[in-house]
Amino acid sequence: MDLTINGVTHSVEAEADTPLLWVIRDLLGMTGTKYGCGVAQCGACTVLVDGQATRSCVTPLESVAGQSVTTIEAIEQDPVGRRVVEAWVTGQVAQCGYCQSGQVMAATALLQQTPQPSDEDIAAAMTNLCRCGTYNAIAAAVRQAAAQG
Amino acid sequence: MDGYTQAFFPAAELPQDQPVNLSRRGMLGAALGALVLGVALPSRAARAQQAAAPAATPGSRVLAFLEIRADGSVLLKSPFIEGGQGIDTAMAQIVGEELDADPARFVVECAPPGPDYALVNGMRITGGSFSTRSSYPVMRQLGAKARHMLIQAAATRLGVPAESLATEPGRVIHAASGRTLDYGALAAEAAALPVPDSAPLRAEKDFRYIGKPVARLDVRAKSTGKATYTIDLTAEGMLQAAVQHAPRLGCEPGAIANETAVRDMPGVHSIHRLPGAVAVVADRWWRARRAVEALEVTWNGPAADARNVLAADFSSQGMRAALAAAPGPGNAAETEGDAAAALRSAARTIEATYDAPYLAHGQLEPPSTIARWNADGTLDLWLPNQAPEMYQSVAAKLAGLAPEQVRIHSPLLGGFFGRHFLYDAASPFPQAIQLAKAVGRPVKLIWSREEEFLRDGFRPMGLARFRAGIGADGLPIALDVEAMGEGPAGRYFGTQPGAADPTVVEGISGKPYAIPNRRVAHVPVKHPAVIGFWRSVGHSMNDYFYETFFDEMAEAGGQDPYALRLRLLAEKPRHKALLEAVGELSGGWKRGPYDAADGTRRARGVAMASPFGSEVATIAEVSLKDGEVVVHDVWVAIDPGSIVNPAIIAAQVNSAVALGLSSALLEEVVYEGGVPQARNFDGYPILPPGRMPRVHVRIVESGAPMGGVGEPGLPGVPPAVVNAVAALTGQRIRSLPLSKARFGAV
Repeated sequence: MDLTINGVTHSVEAEADTPLLWVIRDLLGMTGTKYGCGVAQCGACTVLVDGQATRSCVTPLESVAGQSVTTIEAIEQDPVGRRVVEAWVTGQVAQCGYCQSGQVMAATALLQQTPQPSDEDIAAAMTNLCRCGTYNAIAAAVRQAAAQG
Repeated sequence: MDGYTQAFFPAAELPQDQPVNLSRRGMLGAALGALVLGVALPSRAARAQQAAAPAATPGSRVLAFLEIRADGSVLLKSPFIEGGQGIDTAMAQIVGEELDADPARFVVECAPPGPDYALVNGMRITGGSFSTRSSYPVMRQLGAKARHMLIQAAATRLGVPAESLATEPGRVIHAASGRTLDYGALAAEAAALPVPDSAPLRAEKDFRYIGKPVARLDVRAKSTGKATYTIDLTAEGMLQAAVQHAPRLGCEPGAIANETAVRDMPGVHSIHRLPGAVAVVADRWWRARRAVEALEVTWNGPAADARNVLAADFSSQGMRAALAAAPGPGNAAETEGDAAAALRSAARTIEATYDAPYLAHGQLEPPSTIARWNADGTLDLWLPNQAPEMYQSVAAKLAGLAPEQVRIHSPLLGGFFGRHFLYDAASPFPQAIQLAKAVGRPVKLIWSREEEFLRDGFRPMGLARFRAGIGADGLPIALDVEAMGEGPAGRYFGTQPGAADPTVVEGISGKPYAIPNRRVAHVPVKHPAVIGFWRSVGHSMNDYFYETFFDEMAEAGGQDPYALRLRLLAEKPRHKALLEAVGELSGGWKRGPYDAADGTRRARGVAMASPFGSEVATIAEVSLKDGEVVVHDVWVAIDPGSIVNPAIIAAQVNSAVALGLSSALLEEVVYEGGVPQARNFDGYPILPPGRMPRVHVRIVESGAPMGGVGEPGLPGVPPAVVNAVAALTGQRIRSLPLSKARFGAV
């Protein structure tokens, strides 16, 4: 089937129920999107599907037909994504970094939809797990990116 | 992992030619004169000399660590592995300070196995919060020697005395003539020069990088998905593999009912029986996983001579009962005065038993390994690890090779927390080696999260019995503690007969309080389960046991817990200052309960810890919401003696608070029927963002010898929280996690 990722349409051959995550990683070779739990608990696999933050590890390939998928590889092509990345760098958010692709994608989706989020909006949208406990730095970076929007 | 580095690796595991005496550094530095700083290979003569020279003292060969490229960037081959703790940045700061090169110009990668990198007491590990403090003097000297060589090369090039030259970041300057030479242009010539025995170091007052909040080198790559971990790598022509382990450790695969059907599933290359597991190799990982999980395997009981068997009736509840029933007196770890006599004469005695569960590491990157057998019979392995030489040694034995025939590649770690030392049956690399051999192609094996929860080496369950004698003045005069169980140091490196395992008692022994009569002992009880090091190791539970019982002693004596700590630290100025610092940081000690501005009823708890050569004082503020503990603020004063990067220290304290709080609130591995029950984060919840408190950090530099940073922030958190809960509710929680406790209204 055809899969549109980061504005490019790829023809992929995979079982229809293959998780989008593994199509992105193994078939298309884009490894910025991470496997953490496989059951939509941790959010390391977060991508945008038509702008919505989506956990790709439980998203069947067939369900995104005709939709537009954005991964971390294209994050800096989006003005909001660029601001989020700069806030992440300025705030020195990352530690091990493994969850941060998903965190940046979740933050980008939030700020695209809600440019000036309240603390409650941030808490509701930023639910991805971080075992390094960078949660305070993440929330501060989201506020920083919003302030510069 | 305090105080037992010598125990950490047995001598037998070390390469035989590896000197462990750092004092030989000066002597050998001169012997290995012709080294190369730049990209050029050593001259033939130099190579011959190196070949003839005795093995290098760790940290002496500049070439093994530094390569200055033509563009002036610096490649540093680090002895350590970056897994979030910021060690790559710290190494660049330390070397850059003395080399006179901006840390931002550094590219840091983990060095391959080799004796040059054995900088942790003659060994090489990334763990124990040892990296910076163990290597600091050596890495400074490396940078200084390299700078010296660059100046010598410039002196020759310019025809001026070396004494007339100075440096500024990245270049040599001749002030008299106004000429400058970039390091990149000098590297090849510097290469031909001898390495000095030593080189002058920069005065600490002139530091520009050390002690400053230098930006992390890896943060942009980690914010844009460009950072790569083992799980992201590929080898040309590789296949991918997934495994299904025996649910109960020790069982072996028997009949597979549907092997033919599974072989016909999409992408499947082959099906394999492995020790304690079955595997499917396929063209893609998802196909391998789907196929291996479709296999209907009969698991046979363990062989009579099998190692590491969990009995079919093993349970964590039964283990807790076994620990509680273990008789003392055990192996003494600390004895002061006469605790037994003082207990008999005390005005009042109290006793309590505390316990804490098995814990999973829960690092977000699931373990994986790429194994590639090469045409010349050698083996390349890419794998997450905290000790490359140790993996090399074990992999070589498994593969039937000499260690030097196994190349270990150590990519970034997607979290570690102690996960990636060698534990029995806990790493995918033996399976990957076997599968790659069997299929004749490189194989990437990834463990699913479910397999990871099944075979992680868990933080051991622990239990401790406390008895205290309180004098007529309300002060504790006697403390007798028996810590039951087994620690990872004893498990993997042994203990002397009759000696306590330090990883069982650390955080109960080594406390600073002036209690005149003390006995701390280890009562050995083996864990059938595979156990491992977990961030702050024994401290992760023992400081909870001790500091929470401390509050019970305070209450029994009618003392405020903060005031009693201050009083018992009267002769310990470093600890007393730190306790006062955290009190001040929190706006002045108040225990509560009290009503907060938002209408919640709150209270605070305090705890101290002395982990990994650093000192830490912690205060936490809690309330209850719907019967659940809410932690609002955590204040941490940390004294690592002296520091390299305050921003990274603050980040590590935040991180340690999160993990410590996660363990206090939520985490528990439950075994039933010999099998860990939770197989993913739905069954083993870890701290979510909504339960993260504000964290306030004060760094105190007392000037004491440099201590660790990565782990010390953790141990004070559970007791500070539980003491606050006691202040709020009157309930003493003596068994973690708090999610098991039921609280009424307050």
